[in-house]
Amino acid sequence: MINAILVFNNHGKPRLVRFYRHLAEEAQQQILRDTFHMVLRRDEHVCNFLECGSLFGSPDCKLIYRHYATLYFVFCVDSSESELGILDLIQVFVETLDKCFENVCELDLIFHMDKVHYILQEVVIGGMVLETNMNEIVAQAEAQSKLEKAEVSSSLERGAQCRCRAGWALGAVQEDSMLQAVGPGVNGAIPACVSPGRGHRVGAPH
Amino acid sequence: MALKMVKGSIDRMFDKNLQDLVRGIRNHKEDEVSDRRIKQELKQDNIAVKANAVCKLTYLQMLGYDISWAAFNIIEVMSASKFTFKRIGYLAASQCFHEGTDVIMLTTNQIRKDLSSPNQYDTGVALTGLSCFVTPDLARDLANDIMTLMSHTKPYIRKKAVLIMYKVFLKYPESLRPAFPRLKEKLEDPDPGVQSAAVNVICELARRNPKNYLSLAPLFFKLMTSSTNNWVLIKIIKLFGALTPLEPRLGKKLIEPLTNLIHRYGGRCCFFHSRLVKCLLGGSLSLFPDARCLCVQKLRILIEDSDQNLKYLGLLAMSKILKTHPKSVQSHKDLILQCLDDKDESIRLRALDLLYGMVSKKNLMEIVKKLMIHVDKAEGTTYRDELLTKIIDICSQSNYQYITNFEWYISILVELTRLEGTRHGHLIAAQMLDVAIRVKAIRKFAVSQMAMLLDNAHLIASNTQRNGICEVLYAAAWICGEFSEHLEEANQTLEAMLRPKVTTLPGHIQAVYVQNMVKLYASILQQKEQAGEKEAAQEITQLMIERLPQFVQSADLEVQERASCILQLIKYIQKLQVKEVPVAEEVIALFAGELNPVAPKAQKKVPVPEGLDLDAWINEPPSDSESEDEKPKTIFHDEEQRHSKPRHPEMDEEELARRREARKQEQANNPFYIKSSPSPQKRYQDTPGVEHIPVVQIDLSVPLKVPGMPMSDQYVKLEEERRHKQKLEKDKKKKKQKKEKRGKHHRHNSLHTESEEDIAPAHHVDIITEEMPENALPSDEDDKDPNDPYKALDIDLDKPLADSEKLPVQRHRNAEALKTPDSEAPPVEKKTLMVHIFCCVLCLLVRSQSYNGDFCLLSEFRRKTWISGNLQNDSQVTVSVIFENKSTSFLKSMELNVLDSLNTKMLRPEGSSVHDGIPVPFQLPPGISNEAQFVFTLQSIVMAQKLKGTLSFIVKNDEGSTHEKLDFKLHFSCASYLITTPCYSDAFAKLLESGDLHMSSIKVDGISISFQHLLAKICFHHHFSVVERVDSCASMYSRSIQGHHVCLLVKKGENSVSIDGKCSDPTLLSNLLDEMKETLSKC
Repeated sequence: MINAILVFNNHGKPRLVRFYRHLAEEAQQQILRDTFHMVLRRDEHVCNFLECGSLFGSPDCKLIYRHYATLYFVFCVDSSESELGILDLIQVFVETLDKCFENVCELDLIFHMDKVHYILQEVVIGGMVLETNMNEIVAQAEAQSKLEKAEVSSSLERGAQCRCRAGWALGAVQEDSMLQAVGPGVNGAIPACVSPGRGHRVGAPH
Repeated sequence: MALKMVKGSIDRMFDKNLQDLVRGIRNHKEDEVSDRRIKQELKQDNIAVKANAVCKLTYLQMLGYDISWAAFNIIEVMSASKFTFKRIGYLAASQCFHEGTDVIMLTTNQIRKDLSSPNQYDTGVALTGLSCFVTPDLARDLANDIMTLMSHTKPYIRKKAVLIMYKVFLKYPESLRPAFPRLKEKLEDPDPGVQSAAVNVICELARRNPKNYLSLAPLFFKLMTSSTNNWVLIKIIKLFGALTPLEPRLGKKLIEPLTNLIHRYGGRCCFFHSRLVKCLLGGSLSLFPDARCLCVQKLRILIEDSDQNLKYLGLLAMSKILKTHPKSVQSHKDLILQCLDDKDESIRLRALDLLYGMVSKKNLMEIVKKLMIHVDKAEGTTYRDELLTKIIDICSQSNYQYITNFEWYISILVELTRLEGTRHGHLIAAQMLDVAIRVKAIRKFAVSQMAMLLDNAHLIASNTQRNGICEVLYAAAWICGEFSEHLEEANQTLEAMLRPKVTTLPGHIQAVYVQNMVKLYASILQQKEQAGEKEAAQEITQLMIERLPQFVQSADLEVQERASCILQLIKYIQKLQVKEVPVAEEVIALFAGELNPVAPKAQKKVPVPEGLDLDAWINEPPSDSESEDEKPKTIFHDEEQRHSKPRHPEMDEEELARRREARKQEQANNPFYIKSSPSPQKRYQDTPGVEHIPVVQIDLSVPLKVPGMPMSDQYVKLEEERRHKQKLEKDKKKKKQKKEKRGKHHRHNSLHTESEEDIAPAHHVDIITEEMPENALPSDEDDKDPNDPYKALDIDLDKPLADSEKLPVQRHRNAEALKTPDSEAPPVEKKTLMVHIFCCVLCLLVRSQSYNGDFCLLSEFRRKTWISGNLQNDSQVTVSVIFENKSTSFLKSMELNVLDSLNTKMLRPEGSSVHDGIPVPFQLPPGISNEAQFVFTLQSIVMAQKLKGTLSFIVKNDEGSTHEKLDFKLHFSCASYLITTPCYSDAFAKLLESGDLHMSSIKVDGISISFQHLLAKICFHHHFSVVERVDSCASMYSRSIQGHHVCLLVKKGENSVSIDGKCSDPTLLSNLLDEMKETLSKC
């Protein structure tokens, strides 16, 4: 079983937090911080597995992570998962994101957290791996976004000003304005992750 | 126009979407994060605005804000009709709902509706959400719906439903057995995704309880050879890893397909190697020494690989092999020690784990020495702590099996105290105590080392607040006090213990200090008195009186109490000393006697003596109320007892628990209870009477007292020398022996059988095993964790399904209305009360009456009906009747009435008499058919029943309406009370052996159909399932709704069939056989 899937950037800012076991928000943030510190300590060319001991309260827990450009993808799993299998799965997940967002970068994850969640739901549900075939995942995700688009456009036709969600439907239109809006951050931590242009490409592994 | 613009701007105010929120947060606008705006949006009626707000909340949840206050709004969004909003709602719910969310019970119907939605993505989204927040209640209520989805037409839904079943099993274990057959089916689903999901679920289940899934091995074997999906392959191989230890033959079978796999995946072979190894674990390996060597060799290649991931996995796999075959791994010690130097912490930790299993008497010192070097080098406390615990684990494993020289071990422990900032001070302390108590020969040495520690306490306890290492002072003080007879400079130690600095130590340590000071004092006093140095004795008393007040002032109550107690004692001694009374003997008598180590489980294992009832009261407890006390007891005695009885066990338990807790506390604080290694093994027997004989001749060249802090290295060297010497001696002896042997052939044949590999321990150490009570029961039950959430899944799947084990089905309303008052239980109990059984054929024979030739009810039909058995009352049977209007008129006001028999009664609504009919809840236009259900209660099911009934209705056509009647007969055959229940042959055999079954048999001649066909007929008409079939003989099983077992043995001769039946009820059996005879004679 997968206990949690965490995506955070080089500064420990969460980009996706998905726990498959209920924990209070403070506990979730604590795990996020601990995980970040543990992963950050590690050199570039060491193995991708980390025994995290008491992080989840049970000794049977392992962190399997990959580092792409500015983002860490961390899966906390127990011993029933195969280490290399999960490593593959992370790759599949990231490649799927890359396909769905077309050259995914950290910004996509920041502004479309919901969309990332929906894609993840096609890969893992309830801590168990649902699908490992990338084409199938992309197909299902796109079918659902089409359905959403159809609903949004139909409601627009009806004249209702339904700008409720940009999500899939309006995301593309807003991309440019979003970049302008982000601009140079006040806090030094944030601009570091917003690289010039569209940011680092996440798709290719480091 | 203007109005429109105003409206637009208002809309925009609430229209900030997720992107705006994110942007705001990044620009540090507090305003964006404020709940107020979102709360305002949640209040809007527009579902789009609400969904937008919930979407933003989901983002805030990720940042660590608790959004549970919005749970109700989330449910609102979940129930939106549009997929777009529904999805947002379910996402938010999956992020923040949990078992404690009280509104979750409101979702049940919404989820059920979504699950049965025609849009597969609605269903999918509901399933995904449910997987995250399923609660026991939801699991129970929705289990049946999800199970139905497992055979959905869309594979997308099927695979999700299969995966979620695992979550349902976890929350509602009762569903496992009814759902398992379908889960098994899904292993052979045409869609690979569904297959993979089913494999996934079974692997998770099998991890907890592999033996239940052994029967699936052939199926998985087939899958493994046919599947091309890597993920499925990995899971199956993992599963086999769990199964092979249980079934050694499996390993043999697996070798070939695994080798094939390795060849197939040439490039990725390394990956499969490590899997292969894991899977070949267990008994199978011992059968194939070649395979094992091969595996270990392959692993070596993995570990030497430059890819760190493979290295890690290689080590991981090796540690698995180590558990079963330590020898084959030990030869790779060099490689593993090398891994300790790796820069990667994960790999170092793995290597450490391996070392634990690799130590022997020979290499222990060497390995520990290496580890000590690493301790010094290690950066970061976590790794250093890990090293420390590993060193202690390695040394103390199996009751210090590998330690040949305890002086060395003590000095290692003392060396470890120099570690700063470790959390494991108590671990070292426990080891010191354990060794000092259980190894008598080492006490002298231990005491001298401990005295030194006390002397240098300032080094250890420099930073007491954060420093866990000061715990060792606890052990040091206790050892010095308890074994003070071995102390050489007791005065000095006592002074060290009385230093003012001691008062900065934690309370529990100070308490031990105070207590052991007295022990020390007593032994010093005795020494001085015996030597006749009265002044010195008085001096030491004076010292105590001067210094003890600092402990009396302690903030710690324990310390304060002990100190003031002791201070008074010593003042009294002083008075006696002034009078020149010898006191030493009496003071020392306070601490006379040896404290023995008691095994941690000893208390639990004391068997209860025969005839002792622990729950019985020794004295009747005083009654609760005073007024009762005043009453003359002789009169109310009996009544009083009756009243107070039920309360006793409760009080009793509470009291017991309290006392147990208190005792535990006491034991924890008591230094005399020493926790010890979990498996006490009597290695060296404690021979009575010779305890104090120094067994070893300690070489005089060994300096027992090492100046300054001890260095373990010295002992390594000394030990090496000693071993060398020993070896030489042994060689000499052997030569001598040989010489002697040449002369006298019959002597010394068994004296020196030990191999040279065996190293005699330096001390003939006397490891005392912890005390266990006599006739202690060897029970290991307590090792199981009672809180294991997966324990509930330990369910025997091979047993035939009982009728009680059905998933709860949502019942039709009118059926519920039919329930009699006494069958209506409070809602909580309902779940256990009502159980639903599918699969029974009732035949409803309706005598066709062509009334005016216009219409008739279906003349004769058979259909599947739901039968719902009610366990607590007599069985209830639901009969479904299909009404078809074949006339051209409109039928309405239909009422069905049945003439009740003694045994079978129709359930009527409350207040109606037996003569009232039950209205059929619909009208029938011409040519339409519809189904209605009627509930019957049955007393006994051993006999077939026929009920007469009437259907009255109004026929309405152009000419007007007429009232009509139609008579029919309802036939309940005995077979209709049977439920097809699968049964495995072993359970079947057990059933037959049990001997509570009655037997009867029939024979039918003139049967020409094939045996296969015949069995199918019996299965179909009489609801049996085939247990086993051999040639023209088959055993069959079925079960009645009231739980009677029915077993059949069907034999086919040339032209006849004989059936031997066994059943727990003879009447039922004979009736069943009669019915069967009738069916067969029609063939």
